[in-house]
Amino acid sequence: MAIDAATVRKVARLARIAEPEARIEPLARELTGIMDWIEQLAEVDIEGVEPMTSAVSQPAPLRDDVVTEGGDPERILANAPRRTGDFFVVPKVVE
Amino acid sequence: MSSLTDLTLRAALDGLSSGAFSSEELTRAHIEAVEAARPLNAFILETPDKALDMARASDARRAAGEAGALEGAPLGIKDLFCTNGVTTTAGSRILGGFTPTYESTVTSQLWRDGAVMLGKLNLDEFAMGSSNETSAYGPVVSPWRRTGDPSPLTPGGSSGGSAAAVAAGLCLGATATDTGGSIRQPAAFTGTVGIKPTYGRCSRWGVVAFASSLDQAGPIARTVEDAALLLQSMSGHDPKDSTSLDVEVPDFAAFVGRSVKGLRIGVPKEYRVDGMPAEIEALWEQGIAWLREAGCEIVEVSLPHTRYALPAYYIVAPAEASSNLARYDGMRYGLRADAASLTDTYEKSRAEGFGEEVKRRILIGTYVLSAGYYDAYYLRALKVRRRIADDFTEAFGKVDALLTPTAPSAAFALGENANDPVAMYLNDIFTVTVNLAGLPGMSVPAGLDARGLPLGLQLIGRPLDEGLLFSLGGAIEKAAGFSAKPARWW
Repeated sequence: MAIDAATVRKVARLARIAEPEARIEPLARELTGIMDWIEQLAEVDIEGVEPMTSAVSQPAPLRDDVVTEGGDPERILANAPRRTGDFFVVPKVVE
Repeated sequence: MSSLTDLTLRAALDGLSSGAFSSEELTRAHIEAVEAARPLNAFILETPDKALDMARASDARRAAGEAGALEGAPLGIKDLFCTNGVTTTAGSRILGGFTPTYESTVTSQLWRDGAVMLGKLNLDEFAMGSSNETSAYGPVVSPWRRTGDPSPLTPGGSSGGSAAAVAAGLCLGATATDTGGSIRQPAAFTGTVGIKPTYGRCSRWGVVAFASSLDQAGPIARTVEDAALLLQSMSGHDPKDSTSLDVEVPDFAAFVGRSVKGLRIGVPKEYRVDGMPAEIEALWEQGIAWLREAGCEIVEVSLPHTRYALPAYYIVAPAEASSNLARYDGMRYGLRADAASLTDTYEKSRAEGFGEEVKRRILIGTYVLSAGYYDAYYLRALKVRRRIADDFTEAFGKVDALLTPTAPSAAFALGENANDPVAMYLNDIFTVTVNLAGLPGMSVPAGLDARGLPLGLQLIGRPLDEGLLFSLGGAIEKAAGFSAKPARWW
């Protein structure tokens, strides 16, 4: 399936990656090449097959709903690109 | 002291135990080897001071009679494992100086057992690659060269730093991870042993995520027994990883050297792919002959959906990656590129932080998960994945393990496959099926090709049957008598 420039722009937007205009056409070709190769999956008979969502057949384990670790803002904020006090500083979201 | 870096892990542990040398001496020898091997670019970060501190602490523990199973052994850690207080990059710019305030479960178990960390090993960015060329820190150069040809070769990927370091004698063993072949293919390319255990055997907690339903940690080592010793320490249930299996970890090393007589070994006919080099074919035949001589019965089996494994993987893995890597938004850690608005900050940070292959995979993943394509691509791939897993279940009704080549070629030159993503993806043609099915797979060095490069054979087992792989791997190792080492040029 051919992926055109408009689709690349849309997907890059969804993925929150600013692709420069010069990369759009090359990416359209690269992604089309990959998707064309993937297209062979259409040959497989998947009638009545359950999708395999995990390599582990055990049910998800449950634990008691209690705090196990926490109350350590210094560790949480240790790698913050920008902080003030015990808060992450982020660009303005609300006008 | 160079002989200390030629030891196997087993021999080094014996030497430490008998008092022939201290961990400090052993570690110092390895630190010197690491420093001398910088042309290989195997390490992103060397931690010699930390290594010596850990070695002295280890010697003190040993003197106090508290030696652990890996007491005093210097190891390399793939830079995908978070290490407390030590920068972790995942081979990417986007983590920009990220210094974890916690330790991955797997590495914490290695330290619990007394191992020493030499540093953080280079890898493809976010483990996405088969040649180590996608690393933001430059490719690892294999210690191996073709006979009479100095062209730099790839050590494979994504665990290229791990494989190169073990092959070059820079560490006694290394951690690695495998999402589509990233332990086994580099092991095959460098004449080392690598095992990807059953999905859930090793905790994924604290390992930077690529594709969560496929990622597994495992060791790269010089011998089958060394790999068993390392996997033993790395394995075990961890409540912090909900997919970690709550099962007993057997004594893996005890399986090495056990008779394999009477085992039924499957040879999947679909792995005889078009264009496979005659040398790979011949190596496979040799492996079959070795196991037959060891008393195994060889049975041809069919895994009919093999050819669909790679395309299914290139939907499942990018889909999971696009979701996992959404966390790199420049807000809480990692690289932030300032821009006018929040969305522009996200987009610019991610554009500057991710390399081209990672971007390609995020875009593919976003595309196959987007409205209108989810059923046609993602859901279909999950159903094909079930078909592939069912093929193995059927085969394991007839045989105890499978034998295949690990990779479709020997190591290639850096740059050789770099411009064709699909050609690069084909490296994983024999390994990726195992990840999709969640099975254990091991690569064992089995010989050299005509140009003097190592080739590996792969053993695939039933879920949780790593022990049998260690017995079979040991049998192949013994029959092959592989002792070649790369001639030192660095």
